[in-house]
Amino acid sequence: MKKNAVPLVLFAALAAFPLVVTSNYFLHLMILFLLWVVIGSSWNVLAGYTGQVSFGHAAFFGVGAYTAGLLSQHLQISPWWGMALGGFVAVLIGLPFGAICFPLRGAYFALATLALGEGMRHIATISESFTGGMMGIMIMPSFVSKIPYYYISLALALLSVLSIRFVIGSKPGYYFVSIREDQDAAESLGIDTTLYKNASLAISSFWTGMAGAFYMNYMGFIDPHVVFSLHEYSVMAILVAIVGGVGTIYGPAVGAFIMVAVQEFFRSGFFGLFDYLGRTTGMPAFASVSEIVRQAHVLGFGVLVVVVILFLPNGIVGDWGKIRRNVFRIQPTR
Amino acid sequence: MSFFRVEKLVKRFGGLTAVNDVSFDVKQGEIFGLIGPNGSGKTTTFNMISGTYPPTSGKVFFKGKEIQGRKPNRICRLGIGRTFQVVKPLGRMTVLDNVIAAAFSRESRMPGARKRAEETIAFCGLDPVAGMLAKSLPIAGRKRLEIARAMATRPELLLLDETAAGLNPTESLEAVELIRKIRENGTTIVIIEHIMRVIMTISDRIHAINFGQTIAEGTPSEVAANPQVIEAYLGTDYA
Amino acid sequence: MDVFLQTVVAGFLKGGLYALIGIGMTLIMGVMGIINLAHGQLMMLAMYVTFLLNTMGVDPYISLFVAMPVLFLVGVAIQKFLLNPLIKVETILPENQVLMTVGIGMVITEIARFLFKSDYKYVKTDYANATFFLGKISFSVALTIAFAIALAFTAAMFWFLLKTDLGRSIRATAQDKDAATLMGVHTGRITVITFGLGAALVAAAGSLLAPVYYIFPDLGGPFTAKAFIITILGGLGSTVGAILGGVTLGMAESLGATYLGMEYEDIVGLAIFIAVLLFLPGGFKRLTKV
Repeated sequence: MKKNAVPLVLFAALAAFPLVVTSNYFLHLMILFLLWVVIGSSWNVLAGYTGQVSFGHAAFFGVGAYTAGLLSQHLQISPWWGMALGGFVAVLIGLPFGAICFPLRGAYFALATLALGEGMRHIATISESFTGGMMGIMIMPSFVSKIPYYYISLALALLSVLSIRFVIGSKPGYYFVSIREDQDAAESLGIDTTLYKNASLAISSFWTGMAGAFYMNYMGFIDPHVVFSLHEYSVMAILVAIVGGVGTIYGPAVGAFIMVAVQEFFRSGFFGLFDYLGRTTGMPAFASVSEIVRQAHVLGFGVLVVVVILFLPNGIVGDWGKIRRNVFRIQPTR
Repeated sequence: MSFFRVEKLVKRFGGLTAVNDVSFDVKQGEIFGLIGPNGSGKTTTFNMISGTYPPTSGKVFFKGKEIQGRKPNRICRLGIGRTFQVVKPLGRMTVLDNVIAAAFSRESRMPGARKRAEETIAFCGLDPVAGMLAKSLPIAGRKRLEIARAMATRPELLLLDETAAGLNPTESLEAVELIRKIRENGTTIVIIEHIMRVIMTISDRIHAINFGQTIAEGTPSEVAANPQVIEAYLGTDYA
Repeated sequence: MDVFLQTVVAGFLKGGLYALIGIGMTLIMGVMGIINLAHGQLMMLAMYVTFLLNTMGVDPYISLFVAMPVLFLVGVAIQKFLLNPLIKVETILPENQVLMTVGIGMVITEIARFLFKSDYKYVKTDYANATFFLGKISFSVALTIAFAIALAFTAAMFWFLLKTDLGRSIRATAQDKDAATLMGVHTGRITVITFGLGAALVAAAGSLLAPVYYIFPDLGGPFTAKAFIITILGGLGSTVGAILGGVTLGMAESLGATYLGMEYEDIVGLAIFIAVLLFLPGGFKRLTKV
């Protein structure tokens, strides 16, 4: 049970969080964090464990979000039904796509996912009569308080991580990793590589679609440029997994925490520190620093991609030994 | 009905005919050697049998069923295991996990697969390194892992591709011992080997090919005495 | 009929530029084995170089010869300091070099935004809107010149790859890196030069495009997408394929814009991409074999 001690304590802390912290601002950040746990873990199943890197997870996220939004808009049923259906619709998009791309070896899959993400955005943009085009979709939120959303996202994160952990520890997980390590060897061991890549894609797109549907419900507004964004979702999903640790169960959760914090750091201009300093000292310089930090949002992301890949390619969880040695000067005990 | 038979196998890559009209018949329980100089088409023959690519023409029969052209994972499930000449360890998995992944082809649940894998690892003498990452194994260990992985899929027929290549004399003796042990366990073996000393000592029968074509078949001593085989290996001067 | 011919001509001329973009991409693809997802961003950078020189009164066709060396150096630096070190890094994801180019693309875009702001810039020339007529078909002067220069660069590139030692080394590295290393080719240096060349070629395309296009920081992404579709269409690593792919994409976009509507211009590229994956995986390379 010692192995599960840390996750259990963390879970208890997360469950108790809204009882302790009532600030809507922090609840919002925590909801985003949990949402990214789901998306990052999903990406990690496909790329980190199965070795099929996706540059277009926004496609599945957006499809999930639009499923919820369109159900509500066209059929007047609760967008929460989208939570149930969003994941499945994302799988419906994912599987034919996988069936086409997986038999092709090499970089094709990675490249095709990029095209899938961009393609879905174009489709959502031009089919105006159905999706509302650039105007997007707006729905009435179900709850005023953020607490219900918090617990729903917590449940979503918990279910996705646990189900992924279960899969990885059993036969499909072994097959995923075998495919990642050597496709020919995997085939020779009786593994239907195309089938299992599709299975991995199905799991990955399902949870990402669920996350998208939740996003629709929570934010109440989506448009093609928000939910199908290459930088905001596809690249962010990759960063979350890489920063935390590709091919580890809890890495994406660590990565989600860091990346949401980084995102907020830029968005709020050092968590509002510069604005605060500007107000208290009356020096306009602080306000402009704050403005620059805000503008440097995407730049910061880009730099982070470069730095992480160069120096921390296996993430905080994956390179933990390296970090301990180099940063904390701790020699591994053996 | 023969246990395993290939019939008039042909493989062309563009204009190059890598294997041309090769036929042989393997009896259940024997060790059948496939020899020939570099580039003579041995590995191509293995690749056609194991489904890496389909033959241009010709047939492969296993226990009376025609199996050519099926995908490698189907071939494995039928009961034909293989190792690779250029070893393909699942590098960032432990030795045990490598073998567990293979054992899942017969056992769908974890406890069964793990038990099967542990037995196979013990059988192949890999237990001291079971917890190591496959990529950190030395070459002899990797070759052994190839065999262990193939054995965990419970093959009735095992295709061994140059198992002794790159091993020192002691290691290759150990390899020969392991191969004999596998046969005693009831697994039929087709082996490609370059090192004459190895193949001559363990094979019951040998099939020699050169330039993709059959040049001799028989017991080791018959094949070793065949002038065409001597010519293929040593050049015309010695024939 | 005239509309059709006009569309085809416009598409063909645009295709010449696309070919130049595609060749740069496919060179890098061939030697490095990766898709450069910062390709369009490099072109955007070259366009800003052209724009800056234009504000000092330099003609775009002259600033071409400034933009190309500048981008060559940028490409060399990217390969040397950001991509080559990754080869030695032990990691699970084989695509981390591609990911790196995504990051580089983001950084370039944001730096451009920082320096030039988000608004559209124009390169001012006397001939930007000039046209001449052959029969009833009008030709844009700028695009025609661009096409001719693109053609010249393409020919020069072929000569370079086929006839020079360095070109041969590049082709050898693209075919088999390990074998090339054994034959004494310094492949590390070759990758650096190749990335530089790829960047210089796309810089040429940028300078040539500058008179007839507007310049803004986010222009990189769509052009990276185009480069990438051209490369898929032509076959990964194929130079001849890149030319065919470039011309095909140019034509298809023009036809799509004329007969389906402007908003379908980008969809056409994606449709081609999907069609190629479905019906001709491997692209034109499968047909031309080079």
